[in-house]
Amino acid sequence: MSALVTFRDLIAANRRKSAWLVVGFCVFTTLAILGISLGVIALVAPGALEYWDWRQTAVLTLLAAAISGMVALLAVYRGDRFLLLASGAQPIAKADDPQLYNVVEEVAIAAGIPTPPVYLIDDTAMNAFATGRDPQHAAIAITRGLREKLTRDELQGVIAHEIAHIRNYDIRLMMLLAVLIGTVAVLADFFFQMLRFTGRVRSSSPSGRRRSSAGGGVVALIVTVIALFLALLAPLVAQIIQLAVSRQREYLADATAVELTRNPQGILGALKKLALDTEVLEVANRGTAHMYFVNPIRQYAARGHSIFASHPPIQERIRRLEQLLV
Amino acid sequence: MLAEMTWLPWLISIAALAILALWAISVYNGLINRQTEAQNAWSQIDVQLKRRYDLIPNLVETVKGYAGHEKETLERVVQARNAAMHARGISQQAEAENALSAALRQLLVVVEAYPELKANENFRALQEELTSTENRIGFARQHYNDVVAQYNAALRRFPSNLIAGLFRFPQYEFFQLDASEAAQARQAPRVQF
Repeated sequence: MSALVTFRDLIAANRRKSAWLVVGFCVFTTLAILGISLGVIALVAPGALEYWDWRQTAVLTLLAAAISGMVALLAVYRGDRFLLLASGAQPIAKADDPQLYNVVEEVAIAAGIPTPPVYLIDDTAMNAFATGRDPQHAAIAITRGLREKLTRDELQGVIAHEIAHIRNYDIRLMMLLAVLIGTVAVLADFFFQMLRFTGRVRSSSPSGRRRSSAGGGVVALIVTVIALFLALLAPLVAQIIQLAVSRQREYLADATAVELTRNPQGILGALKKLALDTEVLEVANRGTAHMYFVNPIRQYAARGHSIFASHPPIQERIRRLEQLLV
Repeated sequence: MLAEMTWLPWLISIAALAILALWAISVYNGLINRQTEAQNAWSQIDVQLKRRYDLIPNLVETVKGYAGHEKETLERVVQARNAAMHARGISQQAEAENALSAALRQLLVVVEAYPELKANENFRALQEELTSTENRIGFARQHYNDVVAQYNAALRRFPSNLIAGLFRFPQYEFFQLDASEAAQARQAPRVQF
């Protein structure tokens, strides 16, 4: 990147990518809903398609577009709450941890953004993330493990990294990726389990078979179609997230943390402690891993050098920060 | 045929004027936004200085309870606070605030000799507030300078300098650090993207 790229350019790029993501999601979901419903109708009641004309197609398309538009709106305006809820983060008040709150307020002043509310994840793994749609509607979450093991300066470094993501609008893109795209991976798992469950119910209740076979069969069929569809989609999803996040974003947030705090030792110390931590953060999953300060799923850490990793290896981040000290 | 086309030059010049006007409006608004940002950043410094004034009486009371005979240091802090609160003019105020910072640093050094005071929960909370307040003041000044640097650059850069000159946008001054702080700032690492 050239030296002339300002954070205003980064913000513009992030807003543009976020808008494309929403548009792409709406188009894709509309087509997917159309395809699935036509497929299900063809399988369940093939006769219905003989009377099918453009009016039904139009109604179905409008319905599908309305649903995907509503999901996209929910993702933009309620995505942060959904992600905080999914990670088990609890809001804390200033009285609960004055130092943490002070550090967040300080760094917010340095970045010139409103102080975001702070959430605590009750987990001994060391990690943190920021989310929201813009600096006026953002939040920072930190695990208890990370909070307890860092000094004040190190905490300031980590918070500055998260505030950098907030100021640069990384949070909007990361949140939409997690909610709109990452959910597909989670949904795929969910439907596969449902598939197994409905299969088991049918085979284990022969007495009720005659009565429920018609209704149960339709449900099982719909679930199967959706599950197969999601299974095809899941690898694509991981690919899209990798393409969109780019490791430059993490290096940039590290460098911005130093720019904001004027203290490279803070975030360096934190990263060195994190490099020794091997604990897995249970609340994170394939859909949300890219949001975190360091990769929460450590099994993938061995593949850290692969171009498909969502995070650059911690050692490389440390090396780049140490270059700033010279 | 030719007579029918007489409206074309008119249309082109009107369109060009409209585009020029739209551009001027957007540049003007951009400059106003940055100017407002600089003014906000300046008032943020005042907010944090006020926070420090409010903190000092409490701090002095707590220290007095354990280290009563450090009267001189305590008095210097109180005096520096009053002087800073009543200072007029930017240069006078900057001087008074720097004197207050020095007095507070001195107080925190003196306090090191009183382990009971350092163990006091109330004092530790106050010390955290003081540390945070000093950071906030520093960060607020730093942010002000960042914003002013961007605003001043926009005033000089072509073509926004044309609009800036037309509407007489004023250059803003940087917040000056005192000698020791300036030396520290020079050591701060430079970040390049």
